[in-house]
Amino acid sequence: MIQMVASRPATGEVSSCRDAYLSAYRWMLLGRILDEKFASLYRAGKIHGGVFIGRGQEALSVAIGQSLRKGDIFAPLIRDQAGRLAFGESVLEAARTYLGSVLGPMRGRDGNVHRGRPKEGYLPMISHLGAMIPVVNGMLLARRFKGIAGTVGATCLGEGGTSTGAFHEALNQAAVEKLPLVLIIANNQFAYSTPSSRQFACRSLVDRAAGYGVEGHSLDGTDLTACLKVVGEAVANARDGRGPQLVVARLLRLCGHGEHDDAGYVDTKLKQSPVGRDCLKVAGEYLVRQNWAERETLVAWRNEATQKVEEAIAKAQREPAPDPYTENWCALASKHLSEVYE
Amino acid sequence: MSITYLEAIRLAQKRALAEDPRVFIYGQDVGAFGGAFKATKNLAQEFPGRVIDAPISEDAMVGAAIGAAIEGMRPIIEMQFADFSTVGFNQIINQAAALHWRTQVPCPITIRLPSGGTSGGGPFHSQSMEAIYAHYPGLIVMTPATVEDAYSMLLEAVAIDDPVIFCEHKYLYYHLKADQLPTEAMPTGKARIARSGRDLTIVAYSAMVHEALAVAEELATEGTEVEVVDLRSIKPLDTDTVMASVARTGRLLCVGEAFPWGGVTAEVIARVASEGFGLLDAPPQRLNAKDTPVPYHPNLWAVHRPTARSIVVAARKLLRQ
Ligand SMILES: Cc1ncc(C[n+]2csc(CCOP(=O)(O)OP(=O)(O)O)c2C)c(N)n1
Repeated sequence: MIQMVASRPATGEVSSCRDAYLSAYRWMLLGRILDEKFASLYRAGKIHGGVFIGRGQEALSVAIGQSLRKGDIFAPLIRDQAGRLAFGESVLEAARTYLGSVLGPMRGRDGNVHRGRPKEGYLPMISHLGAMIPVVNGMLLARRFKGIAGTVGATCLGEGGTSTGAFHEALNQAAVEKLPLVLIIANNQFAYSTPSSRQFACRSLVDRAAGYGVEGHSLDGTDLTACLKVVGEAVANARDGRGPQLVVARLLRLCGHGEHDDAGYVDTKLKQSPVGRDCLKVAGEYLVRQNWAERETLVAWRNEATQKVEEAIAKAQREPAPDPYTENWCALASKHLSEVYE
Repeated sequence: MSITYLEAIRLAQKRALAEDPRVFIYGQDVGAFGGAFKATKNLAQEFPGRVIDAPISEDAMVGAAIGAAIEGMRPIIEMQFADFSTVGFNQIINQAAALHWRTQVPCPITIRLPSGGTSGGGPFHSQSMEAIYAHYPGLIVMTPATVEDAYSMLLEAVAIDDPVIFCEHKYLYYHLKADQLPTEAMPTGKARIARSGRDLTIVAYSAMVHEALAVAEELATEGTEVEVVDLRSIKPLDTDTVMASVARTGRLLCVGEAFPWGGVTAEVIARVASEGFGLLDAPPQRLNAKDTPVPYHPNLWAVHRPTARSIVVAARKLLRQ
């Protein structure tokens, strides 16, 4: 059922496929375990605000994180823990943001999934869906101005987010400018409680690619092989100057919208259908079947990842929270222009 | 029986749907799911076809509501959070607000904004947007502070022939309870004396009314009588009631949860200063959130917005003047 490559590949290709798969699997596993830890901390009342995890979307997310290179731009969304790790975010950075450590990149000013390092090409999402796409476009435009070639910008969105004006404006903008944008849509069947059928009426969102004049790709988001292949190709196409790439993956959100939500509205039949497969399980089984890893190795990796997560969480929990009395209450970069309100 | 602020909002919508066939509700996840905060729980089941899930398209949601209103309907739009109404801003301020003035055709839409901060909400799920909307001619802006007002003002919002921005405070959703729904209500545009006193007037609205009441309680133990004015709606703004209160106390402190530049507190003080300067025994004061986005961490959030702790400091200072 899962096909690595269609034709008989050369030995070198196989080993690079295998290496990519193995590394992707381990990022997925780490992302899953980190997400599960955040969820359990949430249930224990140890997280301020909500927790949003990417259970079931790790294969797609890791494919984008892993297909990007240093110097590329990545604007992940709420279900991209695996992709963030593969792109270079540390477990500690995620832990610090969720736990409100003042040493985290957002210093307690923003939290949970709203984190990033813009100077490193890693954008901190705002909540407003679709809003990150034109910002990636702008960074790509700037690179064109500056004569920097060969980098791409990737960003992720749910199918619900495609109903925004921002999505339309930005994809059209990228197409007109022929920017190296890779726009990854995770059609996980639900936007909070709203099924895809209330979100769009076309057969598949990938059909929209033609309307925008961009290349479109669709894939099974539960299959890591397909994710690495298709997302990898889309990134390569963008890098080659073929303009924006729209990638649409079919999968299922295997969790609530946030950890406050029991997702009771998701039909059991859907969960049992192919779209409801757990990509991490599927990938693990594939590894074993291919003789790329033993079952015991998978267990060892899991333990290793768990330990890494526990250490980072413990560290972040010991770190200081922001202090409102030493906090610099100024939103401006031009400090001399800031006003004092007393 | 005990009714929360949130339940009052749900019951007002239920009554509006039951009594007026022109009413429908449109918003993300408002249907079978009953809304992100459950403000429309069971309404889709009770009123089939009239409580409709919208795509994530705030601009089109508001635009469609305006179109339906032109056809004689009375739509209620639920924004999932007030913060996301910015995406529908163009339709709200340019189309809805200007329609009647341009054409004499009214635009009776109600836009519900779950507003204000909660712990851990962060910069995009905490905003208080009332002042921005109040700035535009053609809009009514309601900011209920009690369970009773949440109920009666929402019903009135639906009945009013103009676009109403209904700012319901998320912090009050579960924290406020009343024994029963009101049978009569003050009209929109009338402020309420939430507590009377003769030494200092605190003007507030929405969640800040309760912080102000806590301050009044605290200062009462020291023999100071604070009068708390609950504006109820910030547009129209009941200057008369504020002025009458200041005439009694001679001291004015205005408190708002929104950002400090401009806004409701500045408007109140401008009106009192220009129309009632002689009533004041001390310079009028205002207290707002800090001039940064709303922070995520509870330590920062607790200091970012006014609370009883910071209001009492401002009140004491003003009383000494
Ligand atoms: C403009 C805007 N409107 C509303 C919301 C509230 N909201 C947050 S997530 C969400 C559902 C998102 O669904 P989808 O885009 O499919 O992504 P998924 O959660 O399924 O990954 C909604 C409505 C928002 N974040 N932005």
